[in-house]
Amino acid sequence: MAYLIKRTVNSAIILLLTVSFVFFAGRLIGDPALNMLGPGASDVALENLRRAAGLNDPILIQYFRYILNLLSGDFGISYRYGFSVLPSEKLSEIGQPVIEIVLERLPATFFLAGASMGFAVPLGVIMGVTAAANPRSIADRIVTVMSLAGVSIVQFWLGLMLIVFFAVHLGWLPTGGYGEWWHVILPALTLAARPIGRIAQVTRSAVLEELAKPYIMTARAKGLPPTRVVYLHSLRNAAIPIVTMIGDELSALLTGAILVEKIFAWPGIGLLIIDSLSRSDLPLIQASIIVVAALVVCVNLLVDIAYRLLNPRIRIGKKEA
Amino acid sequence: MSEDRFDMDETRDARDFRVTPGDYFRAILKDKVALAAAAFLLILVVLTLGAEFFAPHRPMGLNLRDGLLPPFSVGSKGDYYLLGTDELGRDIFSRLIFGSRVSISVGLIGAGLSCLLGVALGLTAGYRGGLYEDIVMRLVDGMLSLPSLLVALFVLFVLGGGFVNLILVFSILHWMVFARMARGLALDARTATYVLAAKSLGTTELRIVFNHILPNVAAPIIVLFTLEIAILILSEASLSFLGFGVQPPDPSWGLMIADGREHIRSAWWLVTFPGLAIFLTALSLNLLANWVRAVTDPVQRWRWITSN
Repeated sequence: MAYLIKRTVNSAIILLLTVSFVFFAGRLIGDPALNMLGPGASDVALENLRRAAGLNDPILIQYFRYILNLLSGDFGISYRYGFSVLPSEKLSEIGQPVIEIVLERLPATFFLAGASMGFAVPLGVIMGVTAAANPRSIADRIVTVMSLAGVSIVQFWLGLMLIVFFAVHLGWLPTGGYGEWWHVILPALTLAARPIGRIAQVTRSAVLEELAKPYIMTARAKGLPPTRVVYLHSLRNAAIPIVTMIGDELSALLTGAILVEKIFAWPGIGLLIIDSLSRSDLPLIQASIIVVAALVVCVNLLVDIAYRLLNPRIRIGKKEA
Repeated sequence: MSEDRFDMDETRDARDFRVTPGDYFRAILKDKVALAAAAFLLILVVLTLGAEFFAPHRPMGLNLRDGLLPPFSVGSKGDYYLLGTDELGRDIFSRLIFGSRVSISVGLIGAGLSCLLGVALGLTAGYRGGLYEDIVMRLVDGMLSLPSLLVALFVLFVLGGGFVNLILVFSILHWMVFARMARGLALDARTATYVLAAKSLGTTELRIVFNHILPNVAAPIIVLFTLEIAILILSEASLSFLGFGVQPPDPSWGLMIADGREHIRSAWWLVTFPGLAIFLTALSLNLLANWVRAVTDPVQRWRWITSN
């Protein structure tokens, strides 16, 4: 329990640092009001906006106000979405709140991440177990090659190659877009390539290590079917490194999605980040980065907790203490 | 004859058991996969250094009449285009050779700087311990849990893209893995006999860390360094592809893929070859790292070096 609290506090500190970094680095670009209204804006309009957004206050006051606003779910307003230049005293009438835009995009990214992990986890685990059960077989070679290729390939290039082959050459699948279930196939496969190889590799070595232990010999001596021994007995005890790797890959996937969403015009948070970067929509960039960073930190925290729950030595040791 | 190396013959000096560069050379000749990877990287480095000499065309030479020629084409003036041309009639093969300069130098310099920073912080933290170690390792944990590509994107958005900023961002965002490894190695080495010996001779702490511990733990760091070059080459391609890395008209592999994307329906070779170049380079680095790990592992080393 004490460990859990310590880890949560650590995560909170990391997030606070991210928020501070995003806030101060964002101010390096220049006057936010000028950024918002563009170079043609009149002095009156600029001044109105500064007053409405509190941009004339000292920077530290603005920083604390930013953090307090974040805690209440207010991430600021977009410079581009639903933006009107009408001088208004109320910010919500000037532009759409960025958090709304970000939350709208999250389901698409979750769907994509879920689909590719849906490919990667079962395939990777089965491949890894098969390789471990049959050392030096073809399955074993395939796992080695896949895991090396997976970390050597540029994901967005793989996506483009899949488009060239399956969408342009064969015409089986769309080049991009969103809406029907088959739209997710190519982007999910692209994102799954790396995790499949790495999960298979980790599963292979973890299961291989377990299979050499005496309890496996006991199970085999009892006459249990080989698949049962491999899948139920050894895999269960090999779960810890596998789960850690899956968590690692899941947080890598959230950032990898930035490029893959761009390639496939997938309307998730990654595409939103690219679009808002090219349109210099600072509040939207800041909000998306904070949200993605929060997701990644949460995944890491969950992996840590799962690690402790799965490891009987730590789990039982805690109870006795 | 290899077996008598294991005989602890009293007439032999311990120095006879040292591994010389020649042993490594003979060992790589026996491993076909590692040899192929090393050969590919060697050719790449030679092509990169002598790009002006080896490239058949100028990387920015426009020739609109020969635009979008497929691979193995002959242009209007009888020029041969091995890997085809892009929409401005620039030779893909020549641009690949010049583009390798960017990828390789970003990878080498970026990994080199993060290695220096990470190893210096990690070794001293592991050797010293205490509050200093706590602070460094907290920083490592914190920064490792951030999505690095995203942070890199944001920093490059603020600072602007370009070669120098790219390297700066990479060295700030990639030193942590080196620090974590170096700290673990220093922790182990702290109680080793050779460190005790150095200490008893009154050697200063800094000297112990950098002159005694560092050479003894260099092998795993070299492996990590090789892997990190591959990771940085991939990241450079991603960032340049998005427009936040190397700026056009400089040829960079990531940028070439971005340019080719517009013609993906008609000219597959524009995106295929730069991506293949990245893939082969990263794959070779990974394979070579695996080989280095195997031959420098004291347990496995004899098997690799002395086997026929």
